[in-house]
Amino acid sequence: MRSFKDTGHLFRLAGLFVIGTLLFFGIRAYFVPKSFGQYGHYRGNAIPEMAAHPLHFAGHQACETCHTDIFQTKKTGKHAGVNCEACHGPLEKHAQDPSIDPGKPDVATLCIRCHAASAARPKWFPQVDAATHANGVPCNTCHQPHNPVIGAGGSK
Amino acid sequence: MNITRRQLLILLPAAAIAWEHVLAGTPESAPNYTMTEHWWGMLIDIPKCIGCGNCVAACQKENDVPDGFFRTWVERYHVTDWNLTNPEVISPDGGKEGFPAVKEDENGKYFFVPKLCNHCADSPCTQVCPVGATFITPDGVVLIDQKYCMGCAYCVQACPYGCRYIHPVKHVADKCTLCYHRITKGLTTACCEACPTGARQLADLKNPKDPIHEFLKTHPVQILKPQMATGAKVFYNGLDGSVR
Repeated sequence: MRSFKDTGHLFRLAGLFVIGTLLFFGIRAYFVPKSFGQYGHYRGNAIPEMAAHPLHFAGHQACETCHTDIFQTKKTGKHAGVNCEACHGPLEKHAQDPSIDPGKPDVATLCIRCHAASAARPKWFPQVDAATHANGVPCNTCHQPHNPVIGAGGSK
Repeated sequence: MNITRRQLLILLPAAAIAWEHVLAGTPESAPNYTMTEHWWGMLIDIPKCIGCGNCVAACQKENDVPDGFFRTWVERYHVTDWNLTNPEVISPDGGKEGFPAVKEDENGKYFFVPKLCNHCADSPCTQVCPVGATFITPDGVVLIDQKYCMGCAYCVQACPYGCRYIHPVKHVADKCTLCYHRITKGLTTACCEACPTGARQLADLKNPKDPIHEFLKTHPVQILKPQMATGAKVFYNGLDGSVR
Protein backbone atom coordinates (compact mmCIF):
# COMPACT_ATOMS: atom_id res chain seq x y z
CA MET A 1 0.00 0.00 0.00
CA ARG A 2 1.33 3.41 -0.88
CA SER A 3 -0.60 6.21 0.78
CA PHE A 4 2.05 8.88 -0.08
CA LYS A 5 3.15 9.70 -3.58
CA ASP A 6 5.77 12.20 -4.72
CA THR A 7 7.73 12.10 -1.43
CA GLY A 8 10.83 13.58 -3.10
CA HIS A 9 10.13 17.12 -1.87
CA LEU A 10 10.05 15.85 1.74
CA PHE A 11 13.49 14.33 1.35
CA ARG A 12 14.80 17.50 -0.25
CA LEU A 13 13.43 19.52 2.66
CA ALA A 14 14.98 17.11 5.17
CA GLY A 15 18.27 17.33 3.28
CA LEU A 16 18.20 21.13 3.38
CA PHE A 17 17.47 21.01 7.10
CA VAL A 18 20.45 18.72 7.74
CA ILE A 19 22.76 20.92 5.63
CA GLY A 20 21.48 24.04 7.40
CA THR A 21 22.08 22.49 10.81
CA LEU A 22 25.59 21.42 9.86
CA LEU A 23 26.32 24.89 8.46
CA PHE A 24 25.08 26.49 11.70
CA PHE A 25 27.34 24.36 13.88
CA GLY A 26 30.24 24.77 11.45
CA ILE A 27 30.00 28.57 11.45
CA ARG A 28 29.47 28.60 15.22
CA ALA A 29 32.58 26.48 15.78
CA TYR A 30 34.53 28.86 13.54
CA PHE A 31 33.43 32.09 15.22
CA VAL A 32 33.27 31.11 18.91
CA PRO A 33 36.79 31.65 20.33
CA LYS A 34 38.72 28.55 21.36
CA SER A 35 39.02 29.59 24.97
CA PHE A 36 35.31 30.43 25.39
CA GLY A 37 33.99 28.31 28.23
CA GLN A 38 37.42 27.46 29.60
CA TYR A 39 36.47 28.79 33.06
CA GLY A 40 32.85 29.81 32.53
CA HIS A 41 30.58 31.57 30.08
CA TYR A 42 33.30 33.89 28.83
CA ARG A 43 36.53 33.94 26.81
CA GLY A 44 39.25 32.41 29.02
CA ASN A 45 42.02 34.19 27.14
CA ALA A 46 40.56 37.55 28.23
CA ILE A 47 42.20 36.95 31.63
CA PRO A 48 45.87 36.76 30.48
CA GLU A 49 45.15 39.62 28.05
CA MET A 50 44.05 41.74 31.00
CA ALA A 51 47.11 40.67 33.01
CA ALA A 52 49.38 41.82 30.15
CA HIS A 53 48.35 45.50 30.53
CA PRO A 54 51.51 47.66 30.87
CA LEU A 55 52.60 49.00 34.27
CA HIS A 56 52.94 52.70 35.07
CA PHE A 57 53.63 52.51 38.81
CA ALA A 58 56.76 50.46 39.49
CA GLY A 59 55.88 49.75 43.12
CA HIS A 60 57.96 50.72 46.17
CA GLN A 61 59.87 47.41 46.12
CA ALA A 62 61.44 48.44 42.82
CA CYS A 63 62.44 51.89 44.21
CA GLU A 64 63.98 50.41 47.34
CA THR A 65 66.34 48.11 45.43
CA CYS A 66 68.39 51.12 44.23
CA HIS A 67 67.48 54.02 46.56
CA THR A 68 68.51 52.26 49.77
CA ASP A 69 69.72 55.53 51.37
CA ILE A 70 66.32 57.20 51.01
CA PHE A 71 64.64 54.05 52.22
CA GLN A 72 66.80 54.15 55.38
CA THR A 73 65.97 57.84 55.96
CA LYS A 74 62.28 57.23 55.39
CA LYS A 75 61.68 54.10 57.41
CA THR A 76 62.12 55.69 60.85
CA GLY A 77 60.12 58.84 60.09
CA LYS A 78 56.45 59.80 59.92
CA HIS A 79 56.43 59.15 56.19
CA ALA A 80 57.53 55.52 56.54
CA GLY A 81 54.17 54.29 55.28
CA VAL A 82 54.03 56.68 52.33
CA ASN A 83 55.17 54.89 49.20
CA CYS A 84 57.65 56.66 46.89
CA GLU A 85 55.25 57.02 43.98
CA ALA A 86 52.54 58.56 46.18
CA CYS A 87 54.51 61.83 45.87
CA HIS A 88 56.87 61.18 42.94
CA GLY A 89 54.18 59.85 40.60
CA PRO A 90 54.27 56.77 38.35
CA LEU A 91 57.91 55.87 37.58
CA GLU A 92 57.92 52.46 35.91
CA LYS A 93 59.84 53.94 32.95
CA HIS A 94 62.51 55.29 35.31
CA ALA A 95 62.68 51.90 37.06
CA GLN A 96 63.25 50.17 33.72
CA ASP A 97 65.76 52.77 32.51
CA PRO A 98 67.33 54.78 35.37
CA SER A 99 68.75 57.30 32.86
CA ILE A 100 65.23 58.71 32.46
CA ASP A 101 65.09 61.64 34.88
CA PRO A 102 61.94 61.42 36.99
CA GLY A 103 62.13 65.09 38.00
CA LYS A 104 61.27 66.38 41.44
CA PRO A 105 57.79 67.08 42.80
CA ASP A 106 56.87 70.73 43.41
CA VAL A 107 56.61 71.21 47.19
CA ALA A 108 54.39 74.27 46.68
CA THR A 109 51.50 72.00 45.67
CA LEU A 110 52.64 68.59 46.91
CA CYS A 111 52.58 68.92 50.71
CA ILE A 112 49.33 70.86 51.03
CA ARG A 113 47.52 68.25 48.99
CA CYS A 114 47.50 66.13 52.14
CA HIS A 115 48.40 68.58 54.93
CA ALA A 116 46.22 71.64 54.18
CA ALA A 117 43.94 72.13 57.19
CA SER A 118 40.31 71.10 56.72
CA ALA A 119 37.74 70.05 59.32
CA ALA A 120 36.78 67.23 56.94
CA ARG A 121 40.10 65.49 57.51
CA PRO A 122 40.44 63.12 60.47
CA LYS A 123 41.69 64.80 63.67
CA TRP A 124 44.69 62.47 64.05
CA PHE A 125 46.18 63.67 60.78
CA PRO A 126 48.73 66.55 61.02
CA GLN A 127 47.34 69.63 59.24
CA VAL A 128 48.54 73.20 58.80
CA ASP A 129 47.05 76.44 57.58
CA ALA A 130 49.52 77.02 54.74
CA ALA A 131 49.08 80.83 54.82
CA THR A 132 50.01 81.31 58.49
CA HIS A 133 52.21 78.27 59.08
CA ALA A 134 55.19 79.24 56.93
CA ASN A 135 54.41 82.65 55.39
CA GLY A 136 55.31 81.42 51.94
CA VAL A 137 58.57 79.71 52.90
CA PRO A 138 58.78 76.39 50.99
CA CYS A 139 57.97 73.36 53.20
CA ASN A 140 61.29 71.65 52.52
CA THR A 141 63.27 74.59 53.99
CA CYS A 142 62.55 73.12 57.42
CA HIS A 143 61.06 69.68 56.74
CA GLN A 144 63.01 67.02 54.89
CA PRO A 145 60.19 65.31 52.97
CA HIS A 146 61.56 61.79 53.49
CA ASN A 147 61.70 62.32 57.25
CA PRO A 148 59.67 65.46 57.95
CA VAL A 149 60.41 65.96 61.66
CA ILE A 150 62.09 69.35 62.31
CA GLY A 151 65.81 68.85 62.78
CA ALA A 152 66.14 66.02 60.29
CA GLY A 153 67.37 68.65 57.80
CA GLY A 154 65.71 70.52 54.95
CA SER A 155 65.61 69.99 51.18
CA LYS A 156 66.62 66.71 49.46
CA MET B 1 58.70 1.65 20.46
CA ASN B 2 55.85 -0.68 19.65
CA ILE B 3 52.33 0.60 20.02
CA THR B 4 49.42 -1.78 19.74
CA ARG B 5 46.25 -0.77 17.94
CA ARG B 6 44.49 -0.51 21.34
CA GLN B 7 47.15 1.86 22.73
CA LEU B 8 47.04 4.01 19.60
CA LEU B 9 43.25 4.35 19.86
CA ILE B 10 43.65 5.55 23.46
CA LEU B 11 46.52 7.92 22.63
CA LEU B 12 44.94 9.62 19.64
CA PRO B 13 42.12 11.43 21.49
CA ALA B 14 44.56 12.41 24.26
CA ALA B 15 46.89 13.94 21.68
CA ALA B 16 43.96 15.76 20.09
CA ILE B 17 42.98 17.26 23.47
CA ALA B 18 46.60 18.30 24.14
CA TRP B 19 46.80 19.96 20.71
CA GLU B 20 43.57 21.86 21.45
CA HIS B 21 45.23 23.25 24.57
CA VAL B 22 48.24 24.33 22.55
CA LEU B 23 45.96 26.12 20.10
CA ALA B 24 44.00 27.80 22.89
CA GLY B 25 47.18 29.37 24.25
CA THR B 26 48.49 29.31 27.80
CA PRO B 27 45.87 30.62 30.20
CA GLU B 28 48.38 31.97 32.75
CA SER B 29 50.60 34.77 31.48
CA ALA B 30 52.15 35.60 34.86
CA PRO B 31 54.69 33.08 36.11
CA ASN B 32 54.26 31.62 39.59
CA TYR B 33 50.69 32.87 39.75
CA THR B 34 47.92 30.34 40.24
CA MET B 35 44.45 31.81 40.00
CA THR B 36 42.82 29.26 42.29
CA GLU B 37 45.13 30.23 45.16
CA HIS B 38 43.75 33.77 45.45
CA TRP B 39 40.46 35.48 46.23
CA TRP B 40 40.92 39.21 45.95
CA GLY B 41 39.16 42.02 47.75
CA MET B 42 40.00 45.36 49.33
CA LEU B 43 39.89 46.93 52.75
CA ILE B 44 38.98 50.62 53.11
CA ASP B 45 39.75 52.16 56.47
CA ILE B 46 37.51 55.26 56.63
CA PRO B 47 39.19 56.88 59.72
CA LYS B 48 42.49 56.85 57.80
CA CYS B 49 41.21 58.53 54.62
CA ILE B 50 42.32 62.17 54.40
CA GLY B 51 40.60 62.91 51.09
CA CYS B 52 43.77 63.78 49.18
CA GLY B 53 42.56 62.11 45.98
CA ASN B 54 45.93 60.46 45.31
CA CYS B 55 44.19 57.15 44.62
CA VAL B 56 41.92 58.65 41.96
CA ALA B 57 44.86 60.32 40.18
CA ALA B 58 46.98 57.16 40.39
CA CYS B 59 44.20 54.99 38.99
CA GLN B 60 43.74 57.34 36.07
CA LYS B 61 47.46 57.25 35.23
CA GLU B 62 47.86 53.50 35.67
CA ASN B 63 44.81 52.51 33.67
CA ASP B 64 44.51 55.36 31.14
CA VAL B 65 41.08 56.31 32.47
CA PRO B 66 39.58 59.13 30.35
CA ASP B 67 38.98 62.52 31.98
CA GLY B 68 35.60 62.82 33.63
CA PHE B 69 35.29 59.05 34.15
CA PHE B 70 36.35 57.15 37.24
CA ARG B 71 37.28 53.60 38.13
CA THR B 72 37.66 54.78 41.70
CA TRP B 73 36.53 58.04 43.24
CA VAL B 74 36.30 59.65 46.67
CA GLU B 75 33.11 61.11 48.14
CA ARG B 76 32.99 63.60 50.98
CA TYR B 77 30.02 63.20 53.29
CA HIS B 78 28.60 65.94 55.46
CA VAL B 79 26.11 64.52 57.94
CA THR B 80 24.22 66.85 60.26
CA ASP B 81 22.90 65.71 63.62
CA TRP B 82 19.23 66.35 62.82
CA ASN B 83 19.30 64.72 59.41
CA LEU B 84 21.39 61.59 59.80
CA THR B 85 20.02 59.74 56.79
CA ASN B 86 20.24 62.60 54.28
CA PRO B 87 23.91 63.49 54.01
CA GLU B 88 25.29 66.09 51.68
CA VAL B 89 27.72 64.27 49.36
CA ILE B 90 30.23 65.93 47.06
CA SER B 91 32.90 64.49 44.78
CA PRO B 92 34.37 67.28 42.62
CA ASP B 93 36.12 65.62 39.65
CA GLY B 94 35.95 62.36 41.61
CA GLY B 95 38.02 63.97 44.36
CA LYS B 96 41.07 63.76 42.08
CA GLU B 97 42.34 67.22 43.07
CA GLY B 98 41.23 66.94 46.67
CA PHE B 99 38.35 68.77 48.33
CA PRO B 100 37.70 72.39 49.30
CA ALA B 101 38.63 73.12 52.92
CA VAL B 102 35.78 73.34 55.41
CA LYS B 103 35.38 74.84 58.88
CA GLU B 104 34.38 72.75 61.87
CA ASP B 105 30.64 72.03 62.01
CA GLU B 106 29.41 72.08 65.64
CA ASN B 107 26.37 69.96 64.81
CA GLY B 108 27.66 67.70 62.11
CA LYS B 109 30.56 65.70 60.82
CA TYR B 110 32.59 65.27 57.68
CA PHE B 111 34.30 62.14 56.40
CA PHE B 112 35.60 60.69 53.15
CA VAL B 113 34.47 57.48 51.47
CA PRO B 114 36.63 56.07 48.67
CA LYS B 115 34.61 53.95 46.26
CA LEU B 116 35.48 51.47 43.56
CA CYS B 117 34.17 48.26 42.01
CA ASN B 118 33.25 45.91 44.86
CA HIS B 119 34.32 42.83 42.87
CA CYS B 120 31.16 41.09 44.03
CA ALA B 121 31.17 37.31 44.29
CA ASP B 122 27.56 37.23 42.99
CA SER B 123 27.55 40.31 40.87
CA PRO B 124 24.43 41.58 39.09
CA CYS B 125 26.62 43.04 36.34
CA THR B 126 28.03 39.68 35.27
CA GLN B 127 24.61 38.06 35.42
CA VAL B 128 22.96 40.49 33.01
CA CYS B 129 25.65 40.50 30.28
CA PRO B 130 24.00 39.00 27.20
CA VAL B 131 27.24 37.99 25.46
CA GLY B 132 29.52 36.76 28.26
CA ALA B 133 31.79 39.80 28.06
CA THR B 134 31.97 40.39 31.81
CA PHE B 135 32.69 37.73 34.35
CA ILE B 136 34.33 36.94 37.67
CA THR B 137 37.71 35.26 37.34
CA PRO B 138 38.64 32.16 39.37
CA ASP B 139 40.62 34.52 41.66
CA GLY B 140 37.61 36.73 42.38
CA VAL B 141 38.11 39.77 40.16
CA VAL B 142 35.23 41.05 38.01
CA LEU B 143 36.67 41.86 34.58
CA ILE B 144 35.40 43.01 31.19
CA ASP B 145 36.46 41.36 27.94
CA GLN B 146 36.53 44.52 25.85
CA LYS B 147 36.98 42.55 22.62
CA TYR B 148 33.68 40.80 23.31
CA CYS B 149 31.68 43.67 24.83
CA MET B 150 29.24 45.27 22.41
CA GLY B 151 28.52 48.30 24.58
CA CYS B 152 24.85 47.65 25.35
CA ALA B 153 25.38 49.19 28.83
CA TYR B 154 23.07 46.70 30.52
CA CYS B 155 25.80 46.08 33.11
CA VAL B 156 26.19 49.84 33.70
CA GLN B 157 22.55 49.93 34.78
CA ALA B 158 22.79 46.70 36.75
CA CYS B 159 25.68 47.72 39.02
CA PRO B 160 24.13 48.84 42.34
CA TYR B 161 27.26 50.86 43.15
CA GLY B 162 27.53 52.89 39.94
CA CYS B 163 31.02 51.58 39.25
CA ARG B 164 30.75 51.10 35.48
CA TYR B 165 30.73 53.50 32.57
CA ILE B 166 30.83 53.32 28.80
CA HIS B 167 34.29 54.28 27.57
CA PRO B 168 33.87 57.45 25.46
CA VAL B 169 36.40 56.32 22.82
CA LYS B 170 36.18 52.52 22.81
CA HIS B 171 32.36 52.52 23.29
CA VAL B 172 32.54 49.45 25.50
CA ALA B 173 31.94 49.02 29.22
CA ASP B 174 34.88 49.90 31.47
CA LYS B 175 35.55 49.77 35.19
CA CYS B 176 38.07 48.92 37.92
CA THR B 177 40.07 45.76 37.20
CA LEU B 178 41.56 45.73 40.72
CA CYS B 179 44.77 46.38 38.72
CA TYR B 180 44.70 42.77 37.56
CA HIS B 181 47.94 43.34 35.64
CA ARG B 182 49.63 44.34 38.92
CA ILE B 183 48.20 41.91 41.46
CA THR B 184 49.07 38.93 39.23
CA LYS B 185 52.70 40.12 39.33
CA GLY B 186 52.82 40.36 43.11
CA LEU B 187 52.35 44.15 43.22
CA THR B 188 49.55 46.01 44.93
CA THR B 189 47.00 48.11 43.04
CA ALA B 190 47.91 51.63 41.87
CA CYS B 191 45.44 53.20 44.31
CA CYS B 192 46.88 51.28 47.28
CA GLU B 193 50.42 52.08 46.12
CA ALA B 194 49.59 55.80 46.02
CA CYS B 195 47.53 55.99 49.22
CA PRO B 196 49.72 57.87 51.74
CA THR B 197 47.91 56.74 54.90
CA GLY B 198 47.16 53.09 54.19
CA ALA B 199 43.42 53.78 54.05
CA ARG B 200 43.23 51.35 51.13
CA GLN B 201 44.66 47.85 51.45
CA LEU B 202 44.56 45.11 48.85
CA ALA B 203 43.35 41.89 50.49
CA ASP B 204 43.77 38.27 49.46
CA LEU B 205 41.14 36.30 51.35
CA LYS B 206 42.64 32.94 50.38
CA ASN B 207 46.05 33.85 51.78
CA PRO B 208 46.05 32.79 55.45
CA LYS B 209 48.94 35.18 56.17
CA ASP B 210 47.12 38.25 54.82
CA PRO B 211 46.53 40.77 57.65
CA ILE B 212 42.94 41.15 56.39
CA HIS B 213 41.90 38.11 58.45
CA GLU B 214 43.10 39.61 61.74
CA PHE B 215 41.56 42.96 60.77
CA LEU B 216 38.15 41.48 59.96
CA LYS B 217 38.20 39.58 63.26
CA THR B 218 38.91 42.63 65.39
CA HIS B 219 37.04 45.47 63.66
CA PRO B 220 33.39 46.27 62.95
CA VAL B 221 33.56 46.01 59.17
CA GLN B 222 30.73 46.52 56.68
CA ILE B 223 30.17 46.19 52.97
CA LEU B 224 28.07 48.59 50.89
CA LYS B 225 24.41 47.65 50.29
CA PRO B 226 24.52 44.23 51.99
CA GLN B 227 20.77 43.94 51.35
CA MET B 228 21.53 43.53 47.64
CA ALA B 229 23.25 40.18 48.38
CA THR B 230 25.97 40.94 45.88
CA GLY B 231 28.77 39.31 47.87
CA ALA B 232 30.78 42.56 47.74
CA LYS B 233 34.45 42.13 48.62
CA VAL B 234 35.36 45.74 49.38
CA PHE B 235 35.26 45.94 53.17
CA TYR B 236 34.75 49.27 54.93
CA ASN B 237 35.99 49.88 58.45
CA GLY B 238 34.26 52.63 60.42
CA LEU B 239 31.58 53.19 57.79
CA ASP B 240 28.81 55.59 58.80
CA GLY B 241 25.20 54.45 58.47
CA SER B 242 24.42 57.38 56.18
CA VAL B 243 26.64 56.01 53.39
CA ARG B 244 24.74 54.51 50.49
